[in-house]
Amino acid sequence: MKICVTAQDKDLNTSVDPRFGRCGYFLIIDTESLSCEAIENPNRETGGGAGIRSGQMMSANQVEAVLTGHMGPNAFRTIASENIQIFLGIAGPVREVVEKFKQGQYQPAGAPDTGSHQTPLS
Amino acid sequence: MIISVASGKGGTGKTTIATSLALSLDRELQFIDCDVEEPNAHIFLKPEINASETVGLPVPRIDPGRCVLCGHCQEVCAYNAIAVTSLQVLTFPELCHSCGACALLCPQQAIEEIPREIGTLETGALRTFSGRAIRFVHGRLNPKEVATPHLIRQVKARIEPDSLVIMDAPPGTTCPVVQTIKDSHFCILVTEPTPFGFHDLKLIIELLKQIRIPHGVVINRCDIGDRQVESFCEEQQIPVLMRIPFSLDIARMYSRGVALIEADRQYRRKFQEMFEIIEPRALQPDSLQ
Repeated sequence: MKICVTAQDKDLNTSVDPRFGRCGYFLIIDTESLSCEAIENPNRETGGGAGIRSGQMMSANQVEAVLTGHMGPNAFRTIASENIQIFLGIAGPVREVVEKFKQGQYQPAGAPDTGSHQTPLS
Repeated sequence: MIISVASGKGGTGKTTIATSLALSLDRELQFIDCDVEEPNAHIFLKPEINASETVGLPVPRIDPGRCVLCGHCQEVCAYNAIAVTSLQVLTFPELCHSCGACALLCPQQAIEEIPREIGTLETGALRTFSGRAIRFVHGRLNPKEVATPHLIRQVKARIEPDSLVIMDAPPGTTCPVVQTIKDSHFCILVTEPTPFGFHDLKLIIELLKQIRIPHGVVINRCDIGDRQVESFCEEQQIPVLMRIPFSLDIARMYSRGVALIEADRQYRRKFQEMFEIIEPRALQPDSLQ
């Protein structure tokens, strides 16, 4: 199955990036073959709505589960609306995380775990 | 004539000056508290509030019956406030800037604009010591809301043209302040003689010069601090309208909601004199066109 892990660098040897919307890279990983595609996050510098835009990239890449450290309400809502599973509190080397995921060691999250990072309107 | 009271640095005494000026002039006037994030003039003026209404901002509502998930609304939104997923359209009202583009440009006309409450506007009245009516308006932004300038615009829409208007501005030098003071005939700047006070005073003076509003300075707590503000005003030929020495009594009375001129009646004459300096320097109303 295809999953996405937020990462600090471009391959399986790196660690999970604790942020979702403004993480460094999205690693799109096939859990069977362990093939890994690294997408540099284009939303790091955006003014507002980074979580929403990053969330939309998940369905665009046909991901079935997202693994990250923390996620705010906008990203959560965007991803959950596409029936993609969300796993929060994930940390450590990406290779190990994928293994633990395959062994069913993680529970899906029912709600976001951080508040919104809101940009002032003025 | 519209006289606004601003500062640059917060906490210098804008509300102190604005409320005491209104109370000292002993004439019919309108008092507008534009510090909608934290209105406090009512604490000192104690108006009787007679009307209250909610203020809203338009945000999109999508009609799922007409929507075909074409994604055009998402494309035109500059603020990421609309996300078109494979099954539905999600709107994020807190990110919406109410520009109206999505509703205007939806090919299916599936979007209508509905109000989202951001705050309240209250009006009321009080009387001066000799019985003159002061009409009062203020706005109060709801917690977590950020559309301060919009609410300020609604508050200012209640200004009665041809009245004498005293406006208490928010602190700082950014959009809420500009929105408040931009069509004043005169702006009183309240500062304190400290490095922070001086630094932020220079910022607001820079702003006022750009938008060409006559201004003068009130130095609050004038006897504790340094001489940088005085020297600067002398160099730049900016009138110093009043100097208020620090007084623990005034501070104590302030903390009990007592206006300066009620704590110390001698200040009444000083405020009247300040108005006499301001009046001839203020812009003539028709010269603002």
